Amino acid sequence: MFTSVDDVSTRLAETGYLASPAVATTVFLADRLGKPLLVEGPAGVGKTELAKAVAKVAGARLVRLQCYEGVDESRALYEWNHAKQLLRISAGRDESWDEARTDIFSEEFLLPRPLLTAIRGDDPKVLLIDETDKADVEVEGLLLEVLSDFQVTVPELGTVTATRRPFVVLTSNATRELSEALRRRCLFLHIGFPDAELERRIVRLKVPGIDTALAESVVRVVGALRAMDLRKVPSVAETIDWARTLLALGAGTLDETVVRDSLGVILKHRDDIQKAAAKLDLDAV
Amino acid sequence: MNAVTDQDLAARLAGLVDALRSHGVRIGTGETVDAARAVEALGLADRELLREGLAATVLHGTAERPVFDAVFDLYFPRRTGAPEGGSGDREDLRERLAAALADDDTVRLGRLAVEAVDGFGGYGSSPGSDGWSSYQALDRIRPQTLMARVRDEVRGRDGGGGFADRFLEDEIRRRIEEFRRMVAVEARRRVAERRGRDEVARRTVAPTADRVDFLFAGKDRLAELRRTVQPLARKLATRLAARRRRAARGTIDLRRTLRGSLSTGGVPMRPVLRRRRPARPELVLLCDVSGSVSGFSDFTMLLVQALHDQFSKVRVFAFVNRIDEVTGLLEHGAADAEGLGARIRSEATLTGWHGSSDYGMALGEFTERYADAVGPRTTVFVLGDARTNMGDPNLAAVRELVRRARRVHWLNPEQRSLWGTGDSAAPEYAQLLEMHECRTVRQLNALVGRLLPV
Repeated sequence: MFTSVDDVSTRLAETGYLASPAVATTVFLADRLGKPLLVEGPAGVGKTELAKAVAKVAGARLVRLQCYEGVDESRALYEWNHAKQLLRISAGRDESWDEARTDIFSEEFLLPRPLLTAIRGDDPKVLLIDETDKADVEVEGLLLEVLSDFQVTVPELGTVTATRRPFVVLTSNATRELSEALRRRCLFLHIGFPDAELERRIVRLKVPGIDTALAESVVRVVGALRAMDLRKVPSVAETIDWARTLLALGAGTLDETVVRDSLGVILKHRDDIQKAAAKLDLDAV
Repeated sequence: MNAVTDQDLAARLAGLVDALRSHGVRIGTGETVDAARAVEALGLADRELLREGLAATVLHGTAERPVFDAVFDLYFPRRTGAPEGGSGDREDLRERLAAALADDDTVRLGRLAVEAVDGFGGYGSSPGSDGWSSYQALDRIRPQTLMARVRDEVRGRDGGGGFADRFLEDEIRRRIEEFRRMVAVEARRRVAERRGRDEVARRTVAPTADRVDFLFAGKDRLAELRRTVQPLARKLATRLAARRRRAARGTIDLRRTLRGSLSTGGVPMRPVLRRRRPARPELVLLCDVSGSVSGFSDFTMLLVQALHDQFSKVRVFAFVNRIDEVTGLLEHGAADAEGLGARIRSEATLTGWHGSSDYGMALGEFTERYADAVGPRTTVFVLGDARTNMGDPNLAAVRELVRRARRVHWLNPEQRSLWGTGDSAAPEYAQLLEMHECRTVRQLNALVGRLLPV
């Protein structure tokens, strides 16, 4: 899919995703080694966006499995279409048992869920398993077969093996420690907050109308906020939101009033806002 | 990088993996092979790409990254040997350092770090020093004193003012910190050239969080440790559940087996197992929270608190030389890990006439005031280093405790070889109850998994 690490960066950048060298390298390796990519990091740094961008670059279909507490086999892998099976049985009353049995467990009655969809068919696909840490531990076991051999076993049909391996991205917010077995099958990538230079570029790309100096101050303020001991530090998504807000407010430069009025865009807790206001000397005016 | 043959590269990779393993990072052969394939795909031209590539293939979590970075710097150094040029003039170096800090130019900072170690870090007989010390280099150059100068320079250039200007000092401080780190890496590399990489990788790289001694862990290390409480508690909970399942299999109940055999003509076809009464065990923790061991007891308290749903009753007592119940302070949700130690010390009555720990007095007070807390179903854990400051160890109180409780364990964060030295009463206590060495999270994990009652 990619020829070099630089190729990854430039092509991702064309879709509007600015990748740090670490991200580009790991995506390149995941493609080369054919291994799933496990992405960890705080909320709002672009973990899901990465999968979308890769899909766009590769011209692949994005198959998404959103994990949540209680997601199970029938939601992730496949399910038999019971209603249709019943219809089929009642339609063919005079058939022998063997005929009916072989018939109702055929592809026609199978409802493929994301994992099965991703490994069937010949078109390129990107499989995104989002928020893996939200799923229960048992689901991880389910993923193991899919991720290491890219195959799914349906007892009635046999084993479905991928003819074309999808590019797999798993994301996790690390609310729960994923099992060692799952980690071992993946390349590991931690996306942290970008450095100031990269974040400036991201802001300028996502908020086209913004003045360079303003973008710079925005990034510096956010950087300072991240160094504080807050309950929820602002992420890249918040930086972009803030830049958009400032643009909408028509603020050309940052000053105490503007920052104080718009602090709610980047900080989502009351005590965080108070703490930040105190540290930034906003009350000094 | 100098000419690297395939052989050499393979050996280097194996060495890197080995060094990481010796620091407790779990890496299988599969990952090593992946790492080699990554090197093949990436080439050796760009060192930072190589670093990211190797990190992606051999690591499984963020906690291992600092160790990895340090080891990587040793096995894939930026350069070898001493730098060329470099005037060796201190003022000149400081001048250039200030300029680089003002420009926030990491590449130049890296070069200056190399020069700094070469020019000011060497000790012993010159030429060709016996060793390299980052401490000495930093002590002579004193990058922190450049602060004001750099600040003024940046202000002068940008015209100052502006809202974001108020962060300038913090930003410069971070750059200086980065420079210090670079100097440390460089010094370690130079030492490694002299003494052999493997040796240095094993000794001078800071260990992963679960292997840090409680007593010597710095503040940031303790914060890191506290973050491991939740996953650790979860692991322990599964282990306890597994033990309970095993325990439920139990022994054969002969009476009920024979009675069941009547229907099969007296042949015992189905053995009946003795049913276990699901007793929810009670837990009492006695924690020494005096300054010397507070990191340890804080951590252990949090761990036990995280396990609270496994036990019907957990009571936690803290002491220095007087004892007081602190269970309320650990209430679920209210336990703010950071300030826990401070809160306990400020809200509970822990000290009497003086501020140093006295095990004898505290244990005596416990058996007097809280006698009802310990019963035949209670397992007691004492956490502390058993250093009584020459006071009476009050063995009678301990004997009383052992007699009344189901089990009494003592977790001692000190090295076993230090027990009994100085004012330590560890051997005396160890005769009356089980005392275990518990220096790191790893040991604690194993001990708690084994000792907690099911």
